[in-house]
Amino acid sequence: MKSANRAKRWVYPFTRSLVQSFTIALLLLAGLGSTRAAELATRPNPLKSGIEFVSDEIRALQQDDFSSPAMLWATRGEKLWNEAAGASGKSCASCHQDARASMKGVSANYPKVDPGTARLTNLEGRINQCRAQNQQAEPLRYESEELLALTAYVGNQSRGLPVKVAIDTQNRRNFERGKDIFYTRMGQINLACTHCHDRNFGRKLLNDTISQGHGNPYPAYRLEWQTVGSLHRRLRACFFGVRAELPPAGSQDLLDLELFLAWRSQGLKVETPGVRR
Amino acid sequence: MQGSDVRYQMTGGEIRLPLATGTPDAERGRKLLVSRDSNCILCHAAPETGERFFGNLAPPLSGVGKRLNAAQMRARIVDPLYFNPQSIMPAYYRIEGLNRVAETYRGKPVLNAEQIEDVIAYLLTLQ
Ligand code: HEC
Ligand code: HEC
Repeated sequence: MKSANRAKRWVYPFTRSLVQSFTIALLLLAGLGSTRAAELATRPNPLKSGIEFVSDEIRALQQDDFSSPAMLWATRGEKLWNEAAGASGKSCASCHQDARASMKGVSANYPKVDPGTARLTNLEGRINQCRAQNQQAEPLRYESEELLALTAYVGNQSRGLPVKVAIDTQNRRNFERGKDIFYTRMGQINLACTHCHDRNFGRKLLNDTISQGHGNPYPAYRLEWQTVGSLHRRLRACFFGVRAELPPAGSQDLLDLELFLAWRSQGLKVETPGVRR
Repeated sequence: MQGSDVRYQMTGGEIRLPLATGTPDAERGRKLLVSRDSNCILCHAAPETGERFFGNLAPPLSGVGKRLNAAQMRARIVDPLYFNPQSIMPAYYRIEGLNRVAETYRGKPVLNAEQIEDVIAYLLTLQ
């Protein structure tokens, strides 16, 4: 009944379609083509770490290793670094010795294309690759305490160093895909990353102050999680927020996005393991 | 199904006819404004609702009943991109041309016709 009623009332929105065709024509004239491709990737200016958008209390927690809850994971990671695992009976230290020297600066350049597989790999992926190939051990589950701890420990060796990833022929496709996700509206709520993290940082989404959306503190302790989590976990929360399909942690979508985010945050200092709200 | 039946006529920035036939209920509208389903207060302040925390991504809704009539409100809730292609306000009555929508929400608008009419009835009380 009701729907028949509505059907009668419905008339093709003629005015609107005219406006739309006109706009599209203008865009084409301007040589822009689709609105999606028109977006030129930019870095936020001025570039600010998420730590600048949190409360003084949270900032103080991150700055003091003795009170930072995140540091517990780095400490656990240090233990795992020195423990033998798998059929090889080797620890990470057997090959890499002292992480404070051998891992310094490493995470600042991730994600990276692995020369062996030619695939984009993040730090979690690299750690698991070492486990499989060099330790002959089972890979660690994404988001497991062990993988978070090792990633936090290795990442911590780059703390204070600037994020730096070069975009070249090997990773350009990954970069373009990540960029595309960043600027494309998605989910039932129909927002893109750029809408919140480029145009509205510093503003409030209910109780959350929106930051520029950088990956530099991860793995990070979030008070809302009461634990340490990976960058991919946080990204999934943003997909969830706009009611989009959730890409699995470690998936190609999130790896490509991670590369784009690293490029976009270039110059910010690594804060791993950071603390957030 | 409500979901597949999303129709309206936009004329000069207004949707003049109600989307639903029932009698709208302003109190239900108030509850919707602050609920997880619609999340208006994630972005808009509306202290009249009795809530205390609001986002500030959008203009406050206080006094919106003086600024806009029902037809104009309906148009803004149904299709904010009509007014501003860069808008961050979700189109609450849209099911097409969306990307990567989670399965539970696919083919359904954020709010159904009756809910949008309830929200409008409440917004009209914000004088
Ligand atoms: C509707 C708004 C919204 C959208 C859209 C959104 N985010 Fe977020 N994002 C947030 C909020 C709120 C937080 C938590 C506060 C903060 O750290 O910015 C957050 C946090 C983050 C963080 C963690 C920053 C930190 O310092 O801990 C990253 C990284 C991020 N978002 C990236 C993205 C990416 C990539 C997308 C798109 C896939 C996206 N966001 C889409 C609102 C959004
Ligand atoms: C993610 C952010 C966001 C959410 C959620 C949101 N809005 Fe909006 N709304 C905006 C913005 C931004 C504007 C300003 C116009 C524009 O940019 O589209 C706006 C404008 C409006 C206007 C016009 C106000 C005026 O004074 O002209 C109305 C009415 C409105 N919103 C109602 C609602 C209602 C009702 C809901 C929930 C059912 C809601 N909005 C949810 C962002 C939002």
